[in-house]
Amino acid sequence: MVIDREYIRNAFRAMLRARLLENKLSSLYKAGKIVGGVYLGRGQEAVSASLGAALVQGKDIFAALIRDQAGRTAFGEPMIDCTRTYLGSVLGPMRGRDGNIHRGRPLDGMPAMISHLGAQVSVVAGMLFARRLKGQLPGVVGATCIGDGATSTGAFHEGVNLAAMERLPLVIVVANNQFAYSTPTERQFACADLVDRARGYGIPGYSVDGTDLLACAEVIGDAVKRAREGAGPQMIVAKLLRLSGHGEHDDGSYVPDYLKSGHYGRDCIEVAMRQMAEGGYATVDELFAWQDETAAEVQRAVAQAQQEPIPDPYTAEWNALSTQFFKPE
Amino acid sequence: MERPFHPILQTRVSVTYIDAIREAQAKLLRDDERVFLYGQDIATFGGAFKATKGLAEEFPGRVFDAPISEDAMIGLAVGAAIEGMRPIIEMQFADFSSIAFNQIVNQAATHFYRTGVPVPLTVRLPSGGTPGSGPFHSQSMESIYAHYPGLIVLTPATVSDAYHMLIDGVKMQDPVIYCEHKFLYRWLKSKSINGDHLPIGQARIVRPGKHATVVAYSAMVHEAVRAAERLHEDGWEIEVVDLRSVKPLDMDTVLASVARTGRLLAVGEAFPWGGVTAEVVARTASEGFHLLDAPPMRLNARDTPVPYHPKLWAAHRPTPESICEAIRQLLSF
Repeated sequence: MVIDREYIRNAFRAMLRARLLENKLSSLYKAGKIVGGVYLGRGQEAVSASLGAALVQGKDIFAALIRDQAGRTAFGEPMIDCTRTYLGSVLGPMRGRDGNIHRGRPLDGMPAMISHLGAQVSVVAGMLFARRLKGQLPGVVGATCIGDGATSTGAFHEGVNLAAMERLPLVIVVANNQFAYSTPTERQFACADLVDRARGYGIPGYSVDGTDLLACAEVIGDAVKRAREGAGPQMIVAKLLRLSGHGEHDDGSYVPDYLKSGHYGRDCIEVAMRQMAEGGYATVDELFAWQDETAAEVQRAVAQAQQEPIPDPYTAEWNALSTQFFKPE
Repeated sequence: MERPFHPILQTRVSVTYIDAIREAQAKLLRDDERVFLYGQDIATFGGAFKATKGLAEEFPGRVFDAPISEDAMIGLAVGAAIEGMRPIIEMQFADFSSIAFNQIVNQAATHFYRTGVPVPLTVRLPSGGTPGSGPFHSQSMESIYAHYPGLIVLTPATVSDAYHMLIDGVKMQDPVIYCEHKFLYRWLKSKSINGDHLPIGQARIVRPGKHATVVAYSAMVHEAVRAAERLHEDGWEIEVVDLRSVKPLDMDTVLASVARTGRLLAVGEAFPWGGVTAEVVARTASEGFHLLDAPPMRLNARDTPVPYHPKLWAAHRPTPESICEAIRQLLSF
């Protein structure tokens, strides 16, 4: 099957932009320029970008999670949103009130994740439910990514079950990167394969090699299409290996060498680069030009955010409520 | 011009607290197409307490039965509120909102501060004890939720407040925890639903007095009034303040009352460690120390789970007798 050329090109460019940006974030963290955690999606770009590129910003909903820089980029989140949030610029969407990957633009279809895993599934379901009540649901898809560890939460189960019961167009991509922080999957669940769970929810489940861009694009792209056509929730489980620690404070030394040197230890960007050239999706010259453009874009996004004002606790509005209660006379 | 009330309210001799909650939801559904109801057994069945009786038929496609998934119910409400809807979520019992705790305090309560996008959703919590309900169908959760920034916590004690505060709360731009007391559902009746309709954030002097102030909220307002009536027979004039909302907390009214009486007893049905009564006493001590003629007192439920047997239950929560005793102690200082 021939996959849409523009879709693949968009997904690959998002992978590249995410990887180069995250390499820079890692350097900034190690140089002490970023306070708090830095969480990378290294090794998960093919999965994340395939999802983000299949969605339409302004219409669809994408609840990105911790390792979705590529998907965010493919969906249309500006790179500056990322650097502003990591560097605490008041001009960013979170204005220094929240950091790193805890960011979003809810009114543009990008809810901002909380740290408690599994919690975004029902939020996306609620956004889709509202669209249905408003008569705006046809043709819309809501999607979220989640890791193998988060599938153990009650929130994940409640959210998927509710979305299935309501028959909402929700696409759930489980990136099984084999480790939840340091915990391997054999200490996370006992089923043979996470995709088996889909049947229990009464929804279709699909497996894919998460290190293979073309496979991801096909499987995830098709699932998004089916959801868009009204086939209800879709679950995809992508097998891969996290190529970084949980965060940049973590060297991931608990990942055994045989996994790193195994099939899923291969770098999805290198695989994708070969696929792009060999499949005629891009010329080698284009691939090099994209790298150069992206490196410059990363430099600009970091430099701009670094020059911008940070929050001032003395002038900050310390309001957790939008309601203003006026005292009676 | 207020729209006329539903016929039920015009023809009935009296309106109960739960009638008021049902009618408030009917009015909200009628007046605002963004409002919808989502909760367990609330559609055709009309809810465990019948607070939504007939609404699914009257408003097709706007009242939904939920799966037994409290976490996902609130997650859904947050998502719907982001999209501009005004969800009202019925928890079957306040106690079960513990399952939704994460979505309430971490997702809903932080949303406006973090993103600048308010999430106007209302969570109805059938709260407080009734005889025989036991440890898991009797809890008062208002102190837990009031602790978190980003939530408005309402605790209506009257039929009129049950009606107007639910309507006013749903119209607010922020997440509202609406604590409705189960004991008041059918026991509390009023000739009219149209009370004084104070704004949210303002406490009410239920009964004026000059010798001591009793601050209460929700069902405890009625127990405090009974205690005040008994002490009146002995010549004491006890002022009773109904907080109405525990967050915001109207300390102006409390302090003004303490300025008149010099004595404070805060009464609550929740567990004794921390909570609303502790907050009222702490703020009075720090902001109104000079007004006090006696150490401010608290009276709460006992520090055990809420017991099942009616005899134990009645002795677990504050009663007119225990409130009288506490006031006498306060007056004798």
